[in-house]
Parts: sequence; structure tokens; C-alpha cells
Amino acid sequence: MNWYEFLLRNRSEVLERSIEHIGLVGASMAISLAIGLPLGVALVRRTGLQRWVIGVANVVQTIPSLALFGFLIPVPWIGGVGASTAIVALSLYAVLPILRNTCTGIAEVDPAVIESARGMGMTPRQVLWQVQLPLAAPVLLSGIRVATAICIGVTTIAAAIGAGGLGVFIFRGLAMVNNQVILAGAIPAACLAIAADSGLGYLQRSIARR
Amino acid sequence: MTSLNDGFQNGYALEFRSTTYRLPSGAPLIAGLNLGIAQGETLILLGRSGSGKTTTLKLINRLLEPTEGDILISGRPSASWDPIKLRRGIGYVIQDAGLFPHWTVERNVGLVPRLEQWPEEKIQARVREMLSLVGLPPEEFAKRRPAGLSGGQRQRVGVARALAADPPILLMDEPFAALDPITRADLQREFRALALRLQKTIVFVTHDVREALFLGTRIALLEQGRLVGVYAPAEFLKAREPEIHAFAASLESGGAHEGGQ
Repeated sequence: MNWYEFLLRNRSEVLERSIEHIGLVGASMAISLAIGLPLGVALVRRTGLQRWVIGVANVVQTIPSLALFGFLIPVPWIGGVGASTAIVALSLYAVLPILRNTCTGIAEVDPAVIESARGMGMTPRQVLWQVQLPLAAPVLLSGIRVATAICIGVTTIAAAIGAGGLGVFIFRGLAMVNNQVILAGAIPAACLAIAADSGLGYLQRSIARR
Repeated sequence: MTSLNDGFQNGYALEFRSTTYRLPSGAPLIAGLNLGIAQGETLILLGRSGSGKTTTLKLINRLLEPTEGDILISGRPSASWDPIKLRRGIGYVIQDAGLFPHWTVERNVGLVPRLEQWPEEKIQARVREMLSLVGLPPEEFAKRRPAGLSGGQRQRVGVARALAADPPILLMDEPFAALDPITRADLQREFRALALRLQKTIVFVTHDVREALFLGTRIALLEQGRLVGVYAPAEFLKAREPEIHAFAASLESGGAHEGGQ
């Protein structure tokens, strides 16, 4: 029996795990966007503070994911075993690229455009929403794209703390020393990553073309 | 109750009173400027790079705030105006136009009327009128984006945008400096006619003495943040100040200042 037959035979569980996987990624991305975008906007002008925050986010990114999941288990409120802990850890990983690209994307907008926007009497809020964010959108989206790719990858490890997802097959396969089972998790995860990346890439190109 | 068109107690649309602007380091970019600008005139701020021309302009629309002294706008100190309201009543054109690259020409020109929440039909009509005024047929240009325009066309859109809400005051910061000499001459000619017709109070920054002589009703010469003097174009080249000789020389050498900085 090859991995493909295994996949077909277990398609209902593969589908269920894929949906779990997507749910974990979706929830984490939503949280990291909700934190990363406003924080990035707030930090654009505060370059000193920005260096600190991005430095901390960089450090978080260097923590091996398995270790980070482990660290979070004993933390009260957010910790424990299961999906919520995994979502916290995944959000921490995804927030860096979003934060960094929000800052650089906005900072790279032509200063002459910002100056004329202010000079014509746009309020700071109007400058942000109507000028800075739309012009930063391609850079911003590339950050989201990187974050999504990281998230889909790291979510496979989240199975180690009982969060479910396609990683379940990978850990089961490792325990059974069975490559077919590993591939039944790894291949759908890779497909998800490719699909998300090309989808966001398409969105990014169509925004840049506007 | 207040508008930029209201009351001119002293006859000036704009007046600098001992205005000084310092950098946080304490170095003055503008020192003790006293200058009155009459309603409907085109005042040129002439000077080399770093003479404080752009700083002077930005003090008017409060992109910068004076460190000392006042600027009276329609007789009222600039600090007492709401900066957003003030800026919507002052047209602003900068060197590379500063058009929004993600907006069509039409939307760019309609910026201030839309900020001021004019009804949509009125905005549409006004945008068409403005584009025609600056020599860009609306049918051809309204839907285009700034990236698809030549430098001269972009600058025309910049002028149309600045005029769209019919502001009584127009600030222009080297608007034609980056254009090729032929396009620049065209725009200067058209702009002069427009300025005569519209009777706006215009403050126009340039380092090009030819442009200053051609467009200005008066020329204010700045040197290292200080006002050397204010001259009618006819008397400018005859004035004795040594600072003027450098500019006169640039004119004789066939326009050493051409082609921007």
C-alpha cells in the first residue's frame, strides 16, 4: 500500500484534520493580524521603540516551535494542552512578518505623497486609511503571505500538544515508523501551503497592478 | 463664521510678523521674517537651495509652526486656525506634484471637494471644469493614473487639484522645476494667464530667476533664512544688493539654474 492509497482509505480523517489545520491557521492569522497591523501602524514613527518590539518578535521567532509549545503548557490562562495554546504560539510566530512589513511598507510610501496629503488638509486618520495603507498594501500582503506559510508549517507541530491538525498523522507515523502515515499528513499540509501562497501571491499582484 | 475670504484689516491676505523658525538644534531656517502678501498678487520667494523658501511656504499651511513671531492669514494668527480647515482653503502644489499614485486623475483632482463633502455631481462637474482649465481634456485624462502621465501632465493635474475647492490662497513649491525647458515654458505661460484670470493670492517658490521675473508681481529674495528685499520684477535686476548679482549672472549665462537641482 503506498501513501496515496492510505490517503484515500482514510480520506474522511484526512479531511477532518485538514479542516482542523485550516482552523488553527485561520484563528492564529486573525489574532496576529489584529495585533500586528495596529502595532505596526503605531510604531511607524517611533523608530526607537520599533527596533525593540521587532527585536523581541525576532527572538520569539528563533525559539524552536516544539519548545515554545512546551513552554506555554504550564502558563495559566493561555496555557494547557490543546488548540488554544497552539493558537497563542502560532500567533507569536506569525506576528513578526506582519509587524515588520506593516512598518516598512508604510515607511516606504513616497514622502512627497504624504506631504501633499497633509498639505491638502487630510486628517492623520484619512492619510493613514486613504493613502498610507493602500500604498503599503503590496508590502503588507507579502508579510501576510510569509506569516501564513510559517503558520501552516508550524501548525503541523501543534499536534504534539494535542491541538489536532495534519500533524497528527506525522506524529502517528513517526511513532509507528510508517512513512505512509507521515506522508498522509505532510502532503496535504504542503498542498495547503502552496494553495495559500499562490492565492495570496495572486492577490498581491492584482493589488500591485491597480 | 470664519473663512479665508473674510476680513483683511491690514489689507494683506498673508503677513509674516518677525517670524522665526528654528530646528530643534536651535539653528534658524527662517529668521525674523517680515513680509506682507497682498490679496490677488503672485509673490515669488526666490533664493538658492537652503535659503528657507520651502520652510516659509510650509509655515503658511502649518506643516511647520513658527518658533517665534506670527503669521497672519486673513488677519488672524495662523495658530488660531484649525490646521485641517486652513489647509483645505489653501491650494498646495509641490515639485513632483505629490499625486496619489493609486488614484485616478479624476479622484486626485476631486480630493479636497470630497474631503469637504460636496455632493457627488458637483464634484464631478468641478473636476471636469478643472481639468479643462489646465488643458487636459477630461474625456481623455479623467480615468488615467498618474503613472501613465508625462511630468508636465502630472504637474497640470497637481494645479487642477490645488484649485479644485476654489481656495483663495495657492502655495506652489518649485512646481515646474523638474520639467524639461520646453514643457516648463508652456506651463509658465499658461500659469501666468491663469493667475491673472483667477486673482488668487499666490506664493510661488523658485530658484529660477527667469521664472521669478516672468510670473511674479513681486519678488522676495531670501538668503540663508533672511529676507534680502522685495522687488517688482522691473526693478529686481537694477537693485544694488550683492545677492542679486549672483542671480543676474545666472540669467546672463543662459540660465545656469535650469534643469532643477
